[in-house]
Amino acid sequence: MNKPFAITLDVGTSLLNHTGSWRTERPVYVDRLPPCNSTCPAGENIQGWLFHAEEGNYEQAFYTIMEDNPFPAVMGRVCYHTCETACNRTTLDDPVGINAVERFIGDEALRHGWNVEAGEDSGKKVMIIGSGPGGLAAAYHLRRKGHQVTVFESAPKAGGMLRYGIPKYRLPREKLAGEIGRIEKLGAEIRLNSPVSDVANTMKKEGFDACFLGFGAHVGQQVDLPNDGSVPVHDAVTVLRDLENEQLPDLHGNVVVYGGGNTAFDVARSATRLGALNVTVVYRRDRDMMPAHHEEIHEALEEGVQIACLRTIKGISDGQLELEIMVTGDDKMPQATGQTEMMKADVLVQAVGQGVDLSPIANLQGIVENRGVIQVGYDMQTGCAGVFAGGDMVPSPRTVTDAIGHGKKAAKNIDAYLNGKIYVAPEKHDPAPYEELNTWYYSDAPRSIRPILDVARRQSGFAEVVGNLDEKTAQYESRRCMSCGNCLECDNCYGVCPDNAVLKLGPGKGFEFKYDYCKGCGMCVEECPCGSIEMVPEDI
Amino acid sequence: MNQAENQKVRFYQTGTYTVGNRLLDGDIRTVQASSDRSNSLDSGHRACQGCGEALGARYAIDAAMRETNNQLIACNATGCLEVFTTPYPETAWQMPWIHSLFGNAAAVATGVAAAMKVKGRQDVRVIAQGGDGGTTDIGFGCLSGMFDRNDDVLYICYDNQAYMNTGVQRSSATPPAARTATTMPVGPEPGNQFGQGKNVPLVALAHNIPYVATASVHDLHDLERKVKKAMSVRGSRYLQIFVPCPLGWGSKPCDTIKLARMATECGLWPMFEGEYGEITNTHKLRRPSKVDGYLKLQRRFAHLFKPGQEGQLAKMQDLADTNIRKFQLLEEGSDDE
Repeated sequence: MNKPFAITLDVGTSLLNHTGSWRTERPVYVDRLPPCNSTCPAGENIQGWLFHAEEGNYEQAFYTIMEDNPFPAVMGRVCYHTCETACNRTTLDDPVGINAVERFIGDEALRHGWNVEAGEDSGKKVMIIGSGPGGLAAAYHLRRKGHQVTVFESAPKAGGMLRYGIPKYRLPREKLAGEIGRIEKLGAEIRLNSPVSDVANTMKKEGFDACFLGFGAHVGQQVDLPNDGSVPVHDAVTVLRDLENEQLPDLHGNVVVYGGGNTAFDVARSATRLGALNVTVVYRRDRDMMPAHHEEIHEALEEGVQIACLRTIKGISDGQLELEIMVTGDDKMPQATGQTEMMKADVLVQAVGQGVDLSPIANLQGIVENRGVIQVGYDMQTGCAGVFAGGDMVPSPRTVTDAIGHGKKAAKNIDAYLNGKIYVAPEKHDPAPYEELNTWYYSDAPRSIRPILDVARRQSGFAEVVGNLDEKTAQYESRRCMSCGNCLECDNCYGVCPDNAVLKLGPGKGFEFKYDYCKGCGMCVEECPCGSIEMVPEDI
Repeated sequence: MNQAENQKVRFYQTGTYTVGNRLLDGDIRTVQASSDRSNSLDSGHRACQGCGEALGARYAIDAAMRETNNQLIACNATGCLEVFTTPYPETAWQMPWIHSLFGNAAAVATGVAAAMKVKGRQDVRVIAQGGDGGTTDIGFGCLSGMFDRNDDVLYICYDNQAYMNTGVQRSSATPPAARTATTMPVGPEPGNQFGQGKNVPLVALAHNIPYVATASVHDLHDLERKVKKAMSVRGSRYLQIFVPCPLGWGSKPCDTIKLARMATECGLWPMFEGEYGEITNTHKLRRPSKVDGYLKLQRRFAHLFKPGQEGQLAKMQDLADTNIRKFQLLEEGSDDE
């Protein structure tokens, strides 16, 4: 025995001692579905593209957006960002300015000319009707799958409601043209001034294998009012279309807009810019019940638009509107009081709803119409095989983002249909609620604010109201993202393990547990800032 | 001071509080974030699940190893840290390490430091370490002597507030009202007595040594900064690290760091630094809170939440409030500086 004094055993390392056998539960890395992604009508992977933006890699962020949505510059302007409403950061301070960052990325992409590639030619042809957000989104995704697409547009320019419904001060036309141009570069053919009067016939004649309908709701509706002819009455859709076609609508003097939706405010704010003396929005319910987005209402008020709530228009005579005063009943519905008041008006614009012209599909078999829109299945397919539909012509909240989501979903199902398959969406991850986060680790970071044009300049022209973030601010704002439910490589699990049982694999590769030594204490789960580790029971 | 000093970059996703972060420059991440950290205390040790002491020891020693270019010797007092890392002939330490007796770690370290001086190896630095029992009770004479001589040793006390290794007996670092095997929750004032015990960091400060600090396992950036500071000076230095003990405190193993955080943020564990007898810096509370949340997660304080114990609970809050006042733990616009 050749050992030092009093030593009888060879020295050894504790690594021989596999403490993992103590464990009854094991930690595993998971990806959860953050609330932003979960609510996005276009199904964007918002946390995913913010991850790249945080590193200043805006190009990769752009490609990640483009997996789901070909319109980041448009989205960053006109989307009503349900993602921000759902953002977990709201509980901590204020939501991440997702919309502002998306716009920054979209504008960067246009500035640098970043682009994506079309898929390998499949030999299939798809007809798309309408070059609105739904139709173009479908065209884009189908091109990326390699299918040929032809978009039929009845108007002289492409864009649908993006162009003919949203005024320039919210969406400058060069940005819209830039993003549409990118889809055309992918090989999507857009035929302008080409109304389709009979879908069935055109499909057959030109040999299309499938069809996506994205008509939009371009028929302005009106409430029938007794009118002595003293006040001209228009509908909002026509006014906005004329504005785009530079046939300036005659909105002068006292302009009254009837309705409380976003379209009503688009008209009211346009009227202000065209030099109307007074612009008043008349709405039959309470201000809180207005369907218009609160930002839209806020900006309109700043520009001097007035709002008369709880009023309905009963009739028109002698250049005046007779308004009936309403009250909100217990059921939250407006109730007439019988009292009336008069309001002076030079022009009345009705923004009380938009209908869909369904005549082109009269000859298609199996289409089911319900309350002015058509029914589609979970796969966006109508009752007629191979004919899919989306956007404002199907039951939906009628936003641009919803339409883009429909286009994407329809494209996936059309692709499957063309290949004789059925599309099965991948299973969704478990949600990542606020309670899963450890917010102690997130430092305070107030939300950044986009520059806004002076009111005086807004009232005198159609210049864009909301400005862009600069690069530094965009990066700061994206770094406010808490990365809910998805590893952000903060090294916490690697650091807090009392047993050294976490392996750091290097940038972009994440971490791995050394189960030989992990005792299953769960500290990594508790201290993970973003909730992307969970404990699962061991099979014992 | 504190984090603002060495953390120039602000507003990252997880700010300055996580162990690392892919967005931060390497030099402002912690030593623990680095894939080449020394792992002085390696896997396979026999500490309980969620051991705060095992974690605190790796944090502190890895940081000291980085500062000394791995030229470091540790002298360990008897206690959990010695027992769970080194059951003969096996050890979890990846560094020169010596254990002698329960009470003499400071004296052994003094000897090692003297030997290194004689050998002209001023590059080799010495750390003495132990639990609160080995430091504040049994090893207290040796510790005070070491401070008195100003020997070139950093003494680290891992404070889990009782003798955990031998079955949770009271030490002079056990907080009032806590249940231990020797302070049972019986009688009108159950648990440990109020008004007893020692505040050894303040006692160390009274020795006028170059550096004294308190730290906690929940704030790694702060802890590593204090170790770095301690290793930058010569002479006697003292660091007491708050390390929750799931076994002795009756808490969930996963809550170890959370408890350390809560103890600090309610004021029961004030974090401060002192030099030559004067307090030079206190760690301001980011999100000040009441003591209840912290106490409720531990079975050793369960009796405080029974009817009739409101007075005892109020006395715990008084302790925290006194600390907040005494160490000036609040500052205007508290959340972050």
